[in-house]
Amino acid sequence: MEPDERALGNAAATVEFEHVTKRYDAGENGPGAVNDLSFVVPAGKICVLVGPSGCGKTTSLKMVNRLIEPTAGRILIDGRDISTEDPIGLRRRIGYVIQQTGLFPHQTIGENIAVVPRLLGWPASRQRERAEELLGIVGLDAARYRDRYPSQLSGGERQRVGVARALAADPPLMLMDEPFGAVDPIVREHLQNELLRVQADLAKTILFVTHDIDEAIKMGDLVAVMQNGGRLAQFAPPAELLARPASEFVARFVGADRGLKRMSLMRVRDLPLHAAVTARPGDDAADALRRITADPFPYLLLVDRSGAPIGWFDEAEIPATGTLSADAAVSMSPLFAPETTLKDALSMLLDNEVQAGIAVDRGGRVLGLVTDGDIAAAARPDGPAARPDAGA
Amino acid sequence: MLDWGWLADHLGAFADRTVQHLYLAAVGLVVGFAIAFALGLVAIRRRRSYPPIAGAAGILYTIPSLVLFAALVPITGLSLLTAEVPLVIYTQVIFIRNIVAGFDAVPADVLEAADGMGYARDQRLLRVELPLAVPLIVAGLRVASVSTIGLVTITGTLGDRFGGLGFFIFEGYSRGFATEIAAGAVGSMVLALVVDAVLVRVQRFLTPWTRPPALAAERLPADAATS
Amino acid sequence: MDIVTKTIAWFGDPANWSGQSGIPARLAEHVGISAITLALAIAITLPIGLWIGHTGRGTRLAVGLANLGRAVPTLAVMGILVPFTAVIDPALGFTTYPTILAMLLLAAPSILVNAYAGIHEVDRDLVEAARGMGFREWQILGRVELPVALPVVLGGVRSAAVQVLATATLGAIFGFGGLGRFLVDGIAQRDTGQIWGGVVLVAALVLSSETGFALLGRRLTSRGLRAGAATAATSPAGA
Repeated sequence: MEPDERALGNAAATVEFEHVTKRYDAGENGPGAVNDLSFVVPAGKICVLVGPSGCGKTTSLKMVNRLIEPTAGRILIDGRDISTEDPIGLRRRIGYVIQQTGLFPHQTIGENIAVVPRLLGWPASRQRERAEELLGIVGLDAARYRDRYPSQLSGGERQRVGVARALAADPPLMLMDEPFGAVDPIVREHLQNELLRVQADLAKTILFVTHDIDEAIKMGDLVAVMQNGGRLAQFAPPAELLARPASEFVARFVGADRGLKRMSLMRVRDLPLHAAVTARPGDDAADALRRITADPFPYLLLVDRSGAPIGWFDEAEIPATGTLSADAAVSMSPLFAPETTLKDALSMLLDNEVQAGIAVDRGGRVLGLVTDGDIAAAARPDGPAARPDAGA
Repeated sequence: MLDWGWLADHLGAFADRTVQHLYLAAVGLVVGFAIAFALGLVAIRRRRSYPPIAGAAGILYTIPSLVLFAALVPITGLSLLTAEVPLVIYTQVIFIRNIVAGFDAVPADVLEAADGMGYARDQRLLRVELPLAVPLIVAGLRVASVSTIGLVTITGTLGDRFGGLGFFIFEGYSRGFATEIAAGAVGSMVLALVVDAVLVRVQRFLTPWTRPPALAAERLPADAATS
Repeated sequence: MDIVTKTIAWFGDPANWSGQSGIPARLAEHVGISAITLALAIAITLPIGLWIGHTGRGTRLAVGLANLGRAVPTLAVMGILVPFTAVIDPALGFTTYPTILAMLLLAAPSILVNAYAGIHEVDRDLVEAARGMGFREWQILGRVELPVALPVVLGGVRSAAVQVLATATLGAIFGFGGLGRFLVDGIAQRDTGQIWGGVVLVAALVLSSETGFALLGRRLTSRGLRAGAATAATSPAGA
């Protein structure tokens, strides 16, 4: 096997399923069967295959690296039919992460990560460098972890190593089969965020299998909901899935709380913000009062020199004459970053027993106001959350 | 009860017979392992061949050892071959079972990962499955070694040229000398224990990943802390 | 061919069928001593094994001792016993005593381990159910655990029987009687007919013991259990 360097410098691949069917003895509705599956995953996107157990999602994944061969149909990677390729070479160009990690217990972490580079015949020094680089990427200290064995790591650490190993040869495509299914919820959340962070830099094409709809919505640029018999129930961005489920099955699978789910998908930056009426300490009080009466929202926000909020003035508390003083401002509203999800924002409003929060930028400067009404409106099926480009 | 003076006078003979004992055992073990490994691979690749292979080895194992040695004498004479063939035969059931169990013990997720990353079949066998089967294979080697070292004493029935330390058991009996009998018996048992201890060391050296995780103690308590 | 004709000739020789060293006498010696020893081994070990299996107490000790017993080489055991038995009885101390003691020592592990393992593997729900219905402990053991575990327990006895027969054969090296005499004397006299006569006789004896216990197991095992009735242990060679 000659070293295959095509994988390198090839940041991401397009994956196409064309009428892919897989039959087992149990028939077309048996567990693991796949029926006429067609969809396209554009390069650099995360596509999540989600559905109940036995719906064929893992079968579909394993047909991409030819661990399972389809009964009919074609799968194309960057336009090339994979059935014409040598399966061994194909697999070396595709990253593969599974739930139980499949780390080799007899090899150190460093050796585990370098498995595919070694198969591809990279020089030893380059294998080592790559392993250390990847440990850094997945947030593990190379010096501490490189020479340990998998049995000496926690479940979460092992799973990170599994991801690092899949990334080792810089594959344009990664297949992840319930990668975070075996770790506890706190660690899972952590690993999900890590993967999204890594993905923001690397922009691989990722096919990700899960049975957890929340994970699908969080991780996916595109979500393929599958139902028994391996039929595609809906293929859409998460926001659209939540706003307009294509069938009763999808609606039920997505859950009765899909309004709430949409709120965790949308962020403060996706909302139209109300402009806040602001003033600085020392400004003329009469002028401020005039401005605020003209505004439907009868509160004045006092900000400092840099534009960061100090506190509120109720209309009634603004003196008729003289200047505004910082001491007279009353308590603050919660502050939202543009990345804050609407779910978190609403929760903060409820906790603080207020109707409006203040959106601020990275420097802490006021961007505008967000009210609970805005959040509720956005979460409605016809709200902005339903726009395909609104998510993530 | 024992004649310690006799023991002191015969240390040289003991050393010679110890070497012979190890040689006879080693030949049986090496040849036995080679045959069993081939049969084990056949059994792994073609699962249906395992029950008959293991069954045949099991039946051979029930043949009383003296019977097997004696039966060969009219065929192969009082030769090295007569001494080794039974030793090889008795190792088979132990080796084959442990080799197959060793390969069976390789976790399914490890195999799936190996396939998924593009290991060819032979590469997977050699670089992934074989190393992971080593602990059970060595466990089989330990049992087979202890058993074979015990059986070597019985080759003394083929005459003075064989028997290893068992020679002293036979000679002692013919002279009605209890000390010599006991010395041969204890010597062969000590030899078995020493070889077993050596094999434990060998296994630790071959499979460093099975050592108790000494580093685990300094691991950070929570996952979150490492990122 | 040479072996076959010489063996047939040996069996055909009337001289080999009479007297103290004739086939019937040797066979009787072999079977008699083996049966007595096996019975003794069962009487001592089986209750201990059953008790350990039922209570779960002393498990580690039992398994450790049994493993040790299995690893010990037969001839060496006999050899180590000689200085002790020779002191007690200078004549039989070199022959009969070490052989019988070794037979006992080597039969015990299979019986003990299988008795323990057989009882231990009985579904604990079954025991719970019996206890819940008001069985006494000895009734649970006798009426629930033992019948269910019987194939495994009997498998241990079967292995022990082969072990005992093999050890008795080996006893011939120490001047013990029995069928092993034909093997040892045959080698010494380079008498092919006698060697293979002995081989055939011992093989037949081992085979009858194996079949006998298999049939016994079938008869004693409840029909409801027969599908899964497999012997857990293989018989070890007389090593």
